[in-house]
Amino acid sequence: MSKLLILIVVVLGILAVAQLARVYELTSRLRGKREEDISAGDNRFNARMMWLFLPLYFGFFLWLVMAYGDKMLPVAASEHGAETDWLLDFNWWILIIVFVITNILLFWFAGKYVYSKDRRAFWQPHNNKLELAWTVAPAAVLAVIIIYGLNTWASITSPASPDAIQVELYARQFDWTARYPGADGGLGATDFRLINGTNPLGIVTRESVAGRLAELDKEIATTDSMLAHAILADTKTDELTEQVERMRRNKQRIINLRTLMENDIAEKGVASPYLHGADDVVIKEFHLPVRQEVKLLIRSQDVIHSAYIPHMRAQMNAVPGMTTTIKMVPTITTDSMRLITKNDVFDYILLCNKICGASHYNMQMPLVVTDAATHDAWYAEAMKKPFQAPAEAPAPPVSTPADSTAVPVDSTTVAQVQQSH
Amino acid sequence: MGATAHVHAAGHEHEAHHHEESFVSKYIFSHDHKMISKQFLVTAIVMAWVAVIMSLLFRLQLAWPGESFAFSSFFLGEKWAPGGVLDPNMYLALVTIHGTIMVFFVLTGGLSGTFANLLIPLQLGARDMASGFINMLSYWFFFLSSVVMLASLFVEGGPASAGWTVYPPLSALPQAMPGSGAGMTLWLVSMTLFIASSLMGGLNYVATVLNLRTKGMKMTRMPLTMWAIFLTAVIGILSFPVLLSAALLLLLDRSLGTSFYLSDIYIAGEALDNTGGSPILFQHLFWFLGHPEVYIVILPAFGITSEIISTNARKPIFGYRAMIGSLIAIAFLSFIVWGHHMFVTGMNPFLGSVFVFTTLLIAIPSAVKVFNYITTLWRGNIVFTPAMLFSTGLVATFIAGGLTGIILADSALDINIHDTYFVIAHFHIVMGMSAIFGMFAGIYHWFPKMYGKMMNTKLGYAHFWITFVCAFGVFFPMHFIGLAGAPRRYYSYSEFPMFDGVVDLNILVTVFAIIGALAQVIFTYNFFYSVWRGPKAVQNPWKSNTLEWTTPVEHLHGNWPGPLPVVYRWPYDYSKPGKAEDWVSQITPLEHGEEEH
Repeated sequence: MSKLLILIVVVLGILAVAQLARVYELTSRLRGKREEDISAGDNRFNARMMWLFLPLYFGFFLWLVMAYGDKMLPVAASEHGAETDWLLDFNWWILIIVFVITNILLFWFAGKYVYSKDRRAFWQPHNNKLELAWTVAPAAVLAVIIIYGLNTWASITSPASPDAIQVELYARQFDWTARYPGADGGLGATDFRLINGTNPLGIVTRESVAGRLAELDKEIATTDSMLAHAILADTKTDELTEQVERMRRNKQRIINLRTLMENDIAEKGVASPYLHGADDVVIKEFHLPVRQEVKLLIRSQDVIHSAYIPHMRAQMNAVPGMTTTIKMVPTITTDSMRLITKNDVFDYILLCNKICGASHYNMQMPLVVTDAATHDAWYAEAMKKPFQAPAEAPAPPVSTPADSTAVPVDSTTVAQVQQSH
Repeated sequence: MGATAHVHAAGHEHEAHHHEESFVSKYIFSHDHKMISKQFLVTAIVMAWVAVIMSLLFRLQLAWPGESFAFSSFFLGEKWAPGGVLDPNMYLALVTIHGTIMVFFVLTGGLSGTFANLLIPLQLGARDMASGFINMLSYWFFFLSSVVMLASLFVEGGPASAGWTVYPPLSALPQAMPGSGAGMTLWLVSMTLFIASSLMGGLNYVATVLNLRTKGMKMTRMPLTMWAIFLTAVIGILSFPVLLSAALLLLLDRSLGTSFYLSDIYIAGEALDNTGGSPILFQHLFWFLGHPEVYIVILPAFGITSEIISTNARKPIFGYRAMIGSLIAIAFLSFIVWGHHMFVTGMNPFLGSVFVFTTLLIAIPSAVKVFNYITTLWRGNIVFTPAMLFSTGLVATFIAGGLTGIILADSALDINIHDTYFVIAHFHIVMGMSAIFGMFAGIYHWFPKMYGKMMNTKLGYAHFWITFVCAFGVFFPMHFIGLAGAPRRYYSYSEFPMFDGVVDLNILVTVFAIIGALAQVIFTYNFFYSVWRGPKAVQNPWKSNTLEWTTPVEHLHGNWPGPLPVVYRWPYDYSKPGKAEDWVSQITPLEHGEEEH
């Protein structure tokens, strides 16, 4: 209610200003003054305002720095983060110097050289020396900025070392899931067509393929019998027919995938990524050891998301259909950061930073950074609950792919998975 | 809507004249560039108000999340603001349509459409545009596209909500969010119409500038407004078709089951058929227009400002040729920097480095322009018309917004501020302030030419100072919110304790936004009041050199009653030594032995 009152007061205020201006206009018209003749008083007023604005502007900036400087992100908790923070400060100093000088000149001149009948402006169409100077000077400064920037960029984006820990971050509307390799040290292959209640990431193993095929067969049978026996509206029939066709296509593609998998296993033996999935740890927790390089493999199930860990100064989009990666070395454990920030409930946060739908604003997962021993203990505990309990399953029969064109499509998925190894 | 208001506006003004044209051919399907320019302007003002009200709706939610507002219920009703609290889906829809309207309908259609149409024939000495008919079509496509965009606000699932960049798969799949249903289809239809309008306009502008300049109007004697508008049109012609192709492919993906942008998607309990497409392809196509687009927005504002600063400082624009050179450099570079919007999409790091390099190069011509503006003020004789205030404001805001662009262009730094409020602060200061200030400056400066009336100066001052202070109050704190890591397009920050320290800045921002929006009431009132009741203008109120001020105050079809003017000099002979007046019109022949400049 009080807000409404404020609104009303402001509206009335504006109307009053308009009416005052109108009265002023009428009186000045009576005095024979034309609207386009800017009076000496008006010029002086605006010139003074230019001078007044400058300290207010800088003052506002300083106030923000003083009042909110300590509410910005705390010290970077990753190796590359320390570098980019330094680079950011370096850039800031250059920019603030330029900002202050150009603004002082702009507002000073605007206020000083106000119109006077007795004066003429200085005739100065160009000055080649000056113009050359302020083309070369920014170019030189930018060269420095570019060189420092690209150096840092190159080191951040260089490939991760082969002994980096691998963790997959999997995004979907509206949560994150992490996947750690099991005892075999490698992540298994995935395919989105295998996603179901028990396999949220679509990990490919012989069991998950067989299970999904059986599930699809059952769904197809149910829908077929509904189409054959139930009395349905035409639109519903169309919908179900389309659905069942899609299921059949899906089934065929999974059969193709199975062929691909068997061929790959036959060719590579134990190195095949299709044999590495069963012991993967799929978990809604995100833990990392301190001072160890980690390579994050980022994937999405549905739309584009972005994995953003502000305290680590790390961000990478999660794009459906491809795996993106970043590497980083956390340098401060969660506990140490709690001391640094004097906040005993502090947590590192992984949040989504690409618009992804209604609950985009609450798609988060805490990140826990611990010393190596604590991490190993957590990891050992987590590995007790692998994606599939180890059991010898009979190999399903290999069938020939009915649609040979489907093979290259699926092979890209495999290629991506292999690349990430 | 816009056209109706406009018809009344123009109706009063022209009562005294007896043209043979009918009402329809004169006020509605007019071929006359001056009328088309007014049509663009009034439509843009209406659209701008829609976008401003949207921004207030989401600013209220950001400042006081979860609180109930009568303002929200009034505009959104029970469905989208149950109990006066904004719905999260509607929040995303509002930010999407606010961005779309401001970028395309106000700052592209409104800014270029108004000033290119008004000024090209008048400043170059032409009777009209190269093709009056295509020019008329350009407006009516723009009008239709505005109508379709507004209509999309009223469909079942709400308007497009995937952000103004409409990245698929979010925008491609109705399962992903309600706004990706019919609302998104209408968005694409509207943009298709808009692009057609923009291309018809652009081709016309380029053809006119190249072919219809009057005798003596060499390219190197054109006012900088003309250079800016000409280059803007060239950029538009080369980049908008790419957006059209992006939009058409998205339409195909949405409606015909193709897979240009879709691959390996499991959504709403279903694995989709699509494989082999890439969402990143859309981003490349989108930003191939999207980045030149920001120059389509800012170049005309630069052109307008150059003209106004020189006229009102009573001093030639400093470094005319350098100003043209930097415009050309910016126009060229604008095509090879789009990847800086995509540093964290997983693009090849080397490619990222190339985009860092090209993007930072743009800072050089931009810096040259700023230094030249400041030098033009130095030892000038400055008359503070409202237009001059807004032009000075443009320079100030361009300094602030341009400098943060250097940080964003640095890929290593972009990693941590990408898609945070820092980005919002940056592009609102350059587009929401600089470009809008250029547009306001243009309106105040050329209002006498458009309507034959004067706007009230005092109200202009109030409008400028309140807007100027509020704009900084709104956008400056956003840098700090962004540096605290707060992402954009979040409905609320209450789920994250880490942002508790900066959320109260959101209240400050919203209060400034409300006051700033109210200041636009002053402008709108001043504009429409002056159209009808403003004091009558004289032919050349600002003592300006350019050709448009040699035409009579009353509009004629064909602009000049007699033969076309002949141009003898550049447009910036202000305070030239040896002249009695502090201005010399372009149509004044050079005296014997006088150097051009």
